[in-house]
Amino acid sequence: MKTITEKLLETISDWKDGFSGAYSIREDGKCAEFRSTDTIRIEPKQDLPGLDIHVAPGTKGETVSIPACVTQGDIDDLVYNDFYIGEGADIIISAGCGVHNDSGEPARHNGIHRFFLAKNSHVLYREKHIGTGGGDGKRSIDPVTSIFLEEGAVMEMDTSQIGGLDDSNRKTNAELAAGSRLTIRERLLTEGNQQAHTDFEVSINGDGAGVDLISRSVARGDSHQSYRSHIIGNAKCTGHSECDAIIPENGTVSAAPELDARNQDASLIHEAAIGKIAGEQLLKLKTLGLTETEAEAKIVEGFLR
Amino acid sequence: MLQLSNISWSIPGGEHILKDINLTFQDGKLTVITGPNGGGKTTLAKLIAGLEQPASGSILLDGKDITHMDITQRAKNGISYAFQQPVRFKGLTVRDLLELAAGFNLQEADLCTLLSKVGLCARDYMDREINSSLSGGEIKRIEIASVLARRTPLMIFDEPEAGIDLWSFSGLIDVFLDARRNLKGSLIIISHQERILSIADEIIVISGGVVTASGPKSAILPGLLSENDGGCDWCSKGPKKGGN
Ligand SMILES: Nc1ncnc2c1ncn2[C@@H]1O[C@H](COP(=O)(O)OP(=O)(O)OP(=O)(O)O)[C@@H](O)[C@H]1O
Ligand SMILES: [Mg+2]
Repeated sequence: MKTITEKLLETISDWKDGFSGAYSIREDGKCAEFRSTDTIRIEPKQDLPGLDIHVAPGTKGETVSIPACVTQGDIDDLVYNDFYIGEGADIIISAGCGVHNDSGEPARHNGIHRFFLAKNSHVLYREKHIGTGGGDGKRSIDPVTSIFLEEGAVMEMDTSQIGGLDDSNRKTNAELAAGSRLTIRERLLTEGNQQAHTDFEVSINGDGAGVDLISRSVARGDSHQSYRSHIIGNAKCTGHSECDAIIPENGTVSAAPELDARNQDASLIHEAAIGKIAGEQLLKLKTLGLTETEAEAKIVEGFLR
Repeated sequence: MLQLSNISWSIPGGEHILKDINLTFQDGKLTVITGPNGGGKTTLAKLIAGLEQPASGSILLDGKDITHMDITQRAKNGISYAFQQPVRFKGLTVRDLLELAAGFNLQEADLCTLLSKVGLCARDYMDREINSSLSGGEIKRIEIASVLARRTPLMIFDEPEAGIDLWSFSGLIDVFLDARRNLKGSLIIISHQERILSIADEIIVISGGVVTASGPKSAILPGLLSENDGGCDWCSKGPKKGGN
């Protein structure tokens, strides 16, 4: 494994000279290392690049780490990973992707992840994306995440992209059966001329199910972000989406939330707020002795935490 | 000592709100500013803290002209201001705010000391975000704590009692009595509350943008309590009645 890969791993995952639990490390479009455990089986796919990951029913307290790193330009990595989570399992999955590019050629990672959660299982899914390196070559990621929740399953997804990527296009879709819950927390920071697009599509199909989408983003410099969410309530369910964006300089953000209630008892809410940093927040921090620049940095840091 | 000379302030391009204010706040004194709603008390506090700039006049802190200093400089020169309407922050926690106020990282024991002064348990509140989930009274207490954390010579509290429940009121009074005992500069409280007025050394009444009375508590308080505000002139003259 390359040194740069190790560096990226430290930033995007819990890697410290290795992982505890099951893992697979992808480096420049190839699987560098992987390990299964008694309850978590990782198998390379036969027909496509990527993995099938099977978590045995009832598995508790284990982690699966599947980071992917691109360490140079002229790589266009495409990977398909499918997670099958057994009934009643309760685990942590940490993905994440680092794109390092010192060259003039583009580097891209495109991870297509599907999660099949059986009844009453629980997954905490963490995903971090970063871009590093000094080359002019474009760094981009296009993650696609599909989530299928059976009755009573719970998935919490924490996803973040804090700078360094020129272009990202993320698509997340989910189908929720009765009593299941999905929470997605997204944090995005773009700078310079970067672009980030995020698109959620969630169908809530069973009674008592609910989704909570919370997106916070900061578009610095001349960067642009777009947010789209589409929540479809087909049952007696709850849906909430919240898009908060700060544009400190000349950044632009467009938010297009869509709520589709196809059942009388679907209760769907959307909140969106886009604007510069609230003037009164800056005032308050200045009265504590912070300069304008320090105050702004603290507000952004807290907001994206 | 804080001296305001001939301070005026108008709404940008409009009405005069404060007119020729002359006031001196002595070191070691607790001054309570009171007066009718809309009289100009908060505006005065904002002028002192630098949130607004006066149209004319000067502000001296310990003899130093701070009239043209910005908010940050005034804060660094020892002025603190607890807002009448505290600001909410998505993402920043109570601990973050108090650490920014103190200027260094706080130990759990420090957080306990600070928050217990305002009647909050550090364990329950230090990691709470200062967002809209905090109640009106809770955020007001945190605002007060943020000023106490700074330990500056000059402290201004803008209606600290607003939203604080009856049971906690004596605790709040104790906070101010304690601050008064250890005071190096001046303590200024804007308040409508008799119990806060009763612990003042000096009282200033601001009404219609001017100082209508000022002096030691013993001279001002009795008159205040017997006054009776009859509402607005227009209504007391009796405008047209009926639904036509
Ligand atoms: N930026 C502004 N634009 C318009 N009017 C303003 C502005 N700031 C203050 N005012 C007006 O100036 C007057 C004084 O306001 P100020 O907030 O200082 O009153 P106050 O004495 O603190 O009242 P209260 O007891 O209700 O807090 C009010 O009539 C208010 O509406
Ligand atoms: Mg006021």
